[in-house]
Amino acid sequence: MVVDVVLKPEISDPQGQAVLGALGRLGHDGITSVRQGKHFVLEVDGTPDEAELQQIAETLLANPVIEDVELHLTTD
Amino acid sequence: MRIGVITFPGSLDDVDAARAIRLAGADPVALWHADHDLRDVEAVVLPGGFSYGDYLRAGAIAARAPMMRDVIDRARAGMPVLGICNGFQVLCEAGLLPGALTRNSHLHFRNRDQVLAVERADTAWTSAYSTGQRIVIPVKNGEGRYVGSPDDLDRLEGEGRVAFRYVDGNPNGSSRDIAGVTSEDGRVVGLMPHPEHAVEDLTGPSTDGLGFFTSILKAVVDA
Repeated sequence: MVVDVVLKPEISDPQGQAVLGALGRLGHDGITSVRQGKHFVLEVDGTPDEAELQQIAETLLANPVIEDVELHLTTD
Repeated sequence: MRIGVITFPGSLDDVDAARAIRLAGADPVALWHADHDLRDVEAVVLPGGFSYGDYLRAGAIAARAPMMRDVIDRARAGMPVLGICNGFQVLCEAGLLPGALTRNSHLHFRNRDQVLAVERADTAWTSAYSTGQRIVIPVKNGEGRYVGSPDDLDRLEGEGRVAFRYVDGNPNGSSRDIAGVTSEDGRVVGLMPHPEHAVEDLTGPSTDGLGFFTSILKAVVDA
């Protein structure tokens, strides 16, 4: 189970902008925007309860005031 | 009168908050985040610091601490709560105050004496001030940029819930120079700057912060 969390588009991301600035200084002029986020990998015992995972993602892993969340169920 | 100060792992300013409460004439009561007992306090201060090392998001894990469940329940029933710096972040994460605090726009930790305008002098924590009064208290944070969606900010301003604004320079890029906000009933207040560090001439830039603590004493005694 993978959860990706990024700042909402309307919330400015100064860390991403700092990375973009570094890319420009390294000559990577083609990169026009960087948004920095968080990537959580959760291991689940048994069959994952999607509703529970969604709730975990929206109530703890992300702050819905400022962040968007994306869930990716993985099996292996 | 008993005012609680909750210590979380990583709190830094709990001792100064307790001292400010004592200087104002009330009895500070040390509370531990992992307990479930508010020990008959009549108000609570959530102090500054770096609870849980700011892991996940500043204030996020502290907002889910056992004692915070009691604080949230009592605050919804009218108990006054003041969140300072990390405590403000905890209150926003706990849903007791709107908005969120994010990384400073310039990415630097900023530590300086700060001028604030008191916009709400009618909350439980600000009655010692007058509306529009300028006060000088320290600000020190790395994640103090107050944000919300434009619609939410408009609504907040429309409801008069901006309690403090930065004057003479915004230290962290906060939207609309917002330094602190209040709940609708004026009993839960949060701000990034530190009134508890401005209560004595010897150690602070002013004694302008003492009014927070004399205000709450009066609010509880009058209630």
